Amino acid sequence: MEKIKVENVSKIFGRNIKEASRLVSEQRSKTDILKETGATVGVYDASFTVNEGEIFVIMGLSGSGKSTLVRLLNRLIEPTSGNIYIDGANIATMNKEQLRKVRREKMSMVFQNFGLFPHRTLLQNTEYGLEIRKKDKETRRKKAEQALENAGLLAYKDQYPNQLSGGMQQRVGLARALANDPEILLMDEAFSALDPLIRKEMQDELIELQENVQKTIVFITHDLNEALRIGDRIAIMKDGQIMQIGTGEEILTSPANDYVRNFVEDVDRSKVLTAENIMVRPVTINIDHDGPKVALQRMREEEVSLLLAIDRQRNLKGYVTADDALKAAKEGKANLSEVLQQDINTVTPETLIQDVFNVIYDSPTPVAVVKDKRLLGVIIRGVVIEALAKNEEVE
Amino acid sequence: MDSILDKMNKIPLAEWVDDAMSWLTTTFRTSFTFIKDNGKAVMEQTADWLKDVPAIVFIIALVLLAFFITGKKFGLSIFTLLGLLLVYNQGLWPQLMDTFNLVIYASLLSVIIGVPTGILMAKSDTAEKIIKPILDFMQTMPAFVYLIPAVAFFGIGLVPGVFASIIFALPPTVRMTNLGIRQVPKELVEATDSFGSTASQKLFKVELPLAKSTIMAGINQTVMLALSMVVIASMIGADGLGRNVVSALQRSQAGAGFVAGISLVILAIILDRLTQSLNKQKK
Repeated sequence: MEKIKVENVSKIFGRNIKEASRLVSEQRSKTDILKETGATVGVYDASFTVNEGEIFVIMGLSGSGKSTLVRLLNRLIEPTSGNIYIDGANIATMNKEQLRKVRREKMSMVFQNFGLFPHRTLLQNTEYGLEIRKKDKETRRKKAEQALENAGLLAYKDQYPNQLSGGMQQRVGLARALANDPEILLMDEAFSALDPLIRKEMQDELIELQENVQKTIVFITHDLNEALRIGDRIAIMKDGQIMQIGTGEEILTSPANDYVRNFVEDVDRSKVLTAENIMVRPVTINIDHDGPKVALQRMREEEVSLLLAIDRQRNLKGYVTADDALKAAKEGKANLSEVLQQDINTVTPETLIQDVFNVIYDSPTPVAVVKDKRLLGVIIRGVVIEALAKNEEVE
Repeated sequence: MDSILDKMNKIPLAEWVDDAMSWLTTTFRTSFTFIKDNGKAVMEQTADWLKDVPAIVFIIALVLLAFFITGKKFGLSIFTLLGLLLVYNQGLWPQLMDTFNLVIYASLLSVIIGVPTGILMAKSDTAEKIIKPILDFMQTMPAFVYLIPAVAFFGIGLVPGVFASIIFALPPTVRMTNLGIRQVPKELVEATDSFGSTASQKLFKVELPLAKSTIMAGINQTVMLALSMVVIASMIGADGLGRNVVSALQRSQAGAGFVAGISLVILAIILDRLTQSLNKQKK
């Protein structure tokens, strides 16, 4: 179901708006327009929808208009033209009172530099949204404490923001937004000010949060890796215009134009790296001497539901699933060879990742990396996507 | 030969101002009289109360206040004690109380007028454009010049003294309030708005608390400027240490002038440090 619908929204800063819009429609560049009219194009003719429960990432370099666009969604910036529907209601035409109601009940925002109030304790910060809605003290305290608890920061509730590290502050920023129980979260470069390790951790937490509470999230970032990691769909912006909207795979595999192509080139490791680079240690069982009980034991140890079967020479024989192993154990079989399944996809260590991607996309099992029949490693789907999203090691 | 500049008639600027003044004086005579009479009654009443308080009680109270406000440090308390004892010893205690009274009224009224004006300025660019030159005018026009309308409106005495002091002392509070609110980081203002705050929630819960130390710095300046107006205000009949300074000047008594002057300095330092540490403490 669509939660947010943006229709032909533009924002032009400055006076000569009409002239500037005409020049934009003639595909003139932002600098030309600024020179000729003195107007700055923030966002031009943006249209997209965000579905309920989706993480929609808006990505672009600085000056691309992404921060303006997110501020148009809650009208922190007034749109020059266009319509923005939240649950079917047009934000752009609302009066102050209606707008305030939407801001209070439907959406909360998380900021790049956290936007925490330095004169308020963490608890008071977290309470803010509820406080201005005039919720009674008891309720708001309870909700705020719960939100801080979820962020793992309840112990710090009486501290002030400047006593915390950046990562902790942003957790509070997120907790403050969530304490309000909004349906939509607007996150403006929320993790950009954090160092890489913390950022990754926060991304994971966001994905997890999304799975648990099903908020609709609009996430702004300048970092393609981040976009690929967390976005269900990604919109790429340049000079205030949306260049392409699609899933990470769509954008990587079929960029809409040269700009997007150049943009994703850096990140496209699929053409450089091979299966060998990204394979991980396989969890195996030697069918020559191990039976179903050992297999089950190993699955428990490794927390997997599937083992690759090899023989003494490490030749790949197939795989065993937990169900099959259990069945074999119940029937008292000593050997696994009867329950082995063979339909496993294999690639060679030299296979390019983009080709691995094609294989793994439809495969229910991990892909085995095999050389001369011998099992070298295994590729799991998450690793491929992560490899596509990472470019530090290539550089 | 006459230059072209001399051929132009003199613009009757002074006459215009005189006309405006007399129009104001006659038109608002009743309001001015009302303010003058009531203001005078109230202010003189507090001055009398201040003088009725035994000096020793006043000194001890101020010393204790200094002690606690500065976070239980002795420096300011000792200075306050010795300074006030010296003023008392020189026989200037009633004058000190008159001056204190004048400064308190001028500062208090400046804050009451100045903070809301500053808020208005911060909220509206148009208001800022209009008010800023007025503030410049108030600060740069020599103080003696607005003694004239002060006397025309309110006669002589404490009320015109306070009026003139307010004109001179008001601008820092207005400017710093404006500055303090405008300096609140944009992201915090956006955060406030994004949660759906009303204008007054934004002002009282976020902007004013964050602007507080800047506003307090402005108030501190206002108090100091009010104090510096004491001598000028005494020329239009406001009682206090200023009168001693002026009479010492007229009689060329360096010693008496110094004693009255040092009393003013002592009061100034006490008030300055007190308002400053009030600011630090609240941070």
